[in-house]
Amino acid sequence: MPLLEVKDLQVRVEEREILHGLSLTVNKGEVHAIMGPNGSGKSTLSHVIAGKPGYEVTGGQILFNGEDLLEMEPDERAAKGVFLAFQYPVEIPGVATMTFLRTALNAQRKARGESEYSTPNFLKKVRDVAASLNIPQDMLRRGINVGFSGGEKKRNEVLQMALFEPSLCILDEMDSGLDIDALRVAADGVNALRSPDRAMVVITHYQRLLNYIVPDFVHVMSKGRVVKSGNKDLALELEASGYAQFEEA
Amino acid sequence: MDVALVKPTTERATRELFAAARDRLPGSGPVSEARQAAFDDFARRGLPYRRIEEWKYTDLRTLLREIAPLAATPDQAALARAAKAVVARDAKGAYKLVLVDGVFAPQLSDQTPETGVEVRALRNILENNDVAARADLLITTAASDTMISLNTALATDGVVIDVAENLNLSRPLHIVHITTQSSTAAFTRSLLRLANGAHATLIESFVAAEGAAAYQAHDSVVLWIGDGAELQHVRLVEDAHDAANISTAIVTIGAKARFNSLNLTCGAAVSRYQGFIKFGGEGSHADVNGVNLLNGHQHGDTTLVLDHAVPHCSSNEVFRAVLDDQAHSVFQGKIIVQPDAQKTDGKMMTRALLLSDGAEADNKPELEIFADDVTCGHGATVGALDESLLFYLRARGLSEKEAQALLIQAFVGEAVESVADDGLRDVVIEAAERWLAARG
Repeated sequence: MPLLEVKDLQVRVEEREILHGLSLTVNKGEVHAIMGPNGSGKSTLSHVIAGKPGYEVTGGQILFNGEDLLEMEPDERAAKGVFLAFQYPVEIPGVATMTFLRTALNAQRKARGESEYSTPNFLKKVRDVAASLNIPQDMLRRGINVGFSGGEKKRNEVLQMALFEPSLCILDEMDSGLDIDALRVAADGVNALRSPDRAMVVITHYQRLLNYIVPDFVHVMSKGRVVKSGNKDLALELEASGYAQFEEA
Repeated sequence: MDVALVKPTTERATRELFAAARDRLPGSGPVSEARQAAFDDFARRGLPYRRIEEWKYTDLRTLLREIAPLAATPDQAALARAAKAVVARDAKGAYKLVLVDGVFAPQLSDQTPETGVEVRALRNILENNDVAARADLLITTAASDTMISLNTALATDGVVIDVAENLNLSRPLHIVHITTQSSTAAFTRSLLRLANGAHATLIESFVAAEGAAAYQAHDSVVLWIGDGAELQHVRLVEDAHDAANISTAIVTIGAKARFNSLNLTCGAAVSRYQGFIKFGGEGSHADVNGVNLLNGHQHGDTTLVLDHAVPHCSSNEVFRAVLDDQAHSVFQGKIIVQPDAQKTDGKMMTRALLLSDGAEADNKPELEIFADDVTCGHGATVGALDESLLFYLRARGLSEKEAQALLIQAFVGEAVESVADDGLRDVVIEAAERWLAARG
């Protein structure tokens, strides 16, 4: 059974159809890149998979391990193993990152019927993961993402990914706003999480990110559909020729 | 409702109530004269209502309708019920001073063995010849407010605390108000005097014994903060959800002194907390913060008057309201800068979070500035929880209620973080958590 099956998905936002019958199948262990011009519906796809309010699904379905994902609340999806790394992680002053991480992790574990982490085990786990991503401890004591640079925010997303151990990671424009060094650190964090039990969907406008996170499959989206699929060479082709050929299609 | 028809009934009922209560009210001679004068003032003006500017959002003629009969002196059964409520609200390490149905209960209270701290019952002072304490206790000149007059007339008991010069009190003082009798009113008045250089923490809690309903708690505290003294003050209003709480604090701050105050209201159907805070000496600072956590049909009013009577003082007010269902929160903040009070720095910021369409927040800032070299400012916002923050938290596995609770705690935290002492801040946070937990 595929991990994720998107079938003929049609989505509207405020009466305007954004996705016009999109299909995508992702198996465990695979890394898929979704590329496409601005406005092609890449971020909409990631939001609908994660359950963001404001999108109306008018047709098609999304199955996750065979279960109907669209019937689930966002927190249920997270507990089942869906993780969205946000393009623009929000700042939440007054909620300490540590408190948030522990509340979220234990909420997910509880939803799965697992026991909550003890404080020492939790702290050790966070410290280890943070150290591997060069995230200093004092950042974890601050409000969520408050005063973080763009790179720090993205690393904080990778930290959560490592901590929650999801089976499906969707990375929405992870490279936006990052310089090359910050990108490399974040990408290394992501690569360390590649595993036969986990799949990744990497959404990006630019091919550059795919030099660091090398995909097994590349899909090109245009006007709310996947218009072409291939292997990593497709990304290089796009880099050379641009998206114009698909826009006219 | 026709107010003109209601008022005479209320006045007659109140006169009967006063006449009936007289035998139980401590003090004779000048004390009973002061009570009579205060009562006459109340009887003449009646319960404050919407045409009285200071009470425009909290019309007690419709919200309270009348003053309930005075609670009886608590019997053994009442004290036993009160004892259970005390245990549930025990602030760790504090000296408990317990008032049950408006009467000081020494058997439920802690001794305060520290040298330099004196705790007495109001009743004893009014019946003795401590003229200075009596004058302080019956102070009504700070504000010409009818509810203070009523409190002066009917106060049955309270605690009078004196802290000696330069004493740093090691444990907080915790005045616990407990009501056990339904449909009654209790009137209390307490006094805390910090001599010059003294440091103390005062907690005031208002709670119901199990089963007590539809009662009224009427309280006043008079706080004197000497030169170089420091008072941390926390109030927790957790009365029964059909009760009323009408409270006043009259605070006078000396020179180079600090007053750090936080009021948290999450109980009572109708509540009013009015603080009249006056700077009496230069170089002092006051943080006067408040939080209303209200749901159902609760009405909570915080009204603060900061009187900068002298130069070189600063005040900061941070107020937060979290409102669900049909709840109504009122914040009125007046800053007065007297003609001589140059270099005053007065700030006020209020924010309300509306969790439902039916909730309402009223905010009335007033600046009366008579000096020309001052910095004063105020700001106010009203809004809902940010959907993008909620989604972020939910995408990480938090349920809707958990995500809301985390954001509400963060919102409230901005008012609570001024409480410097960790233990004291935890007392406030625990009260807020009880409210959040009760939301389900």
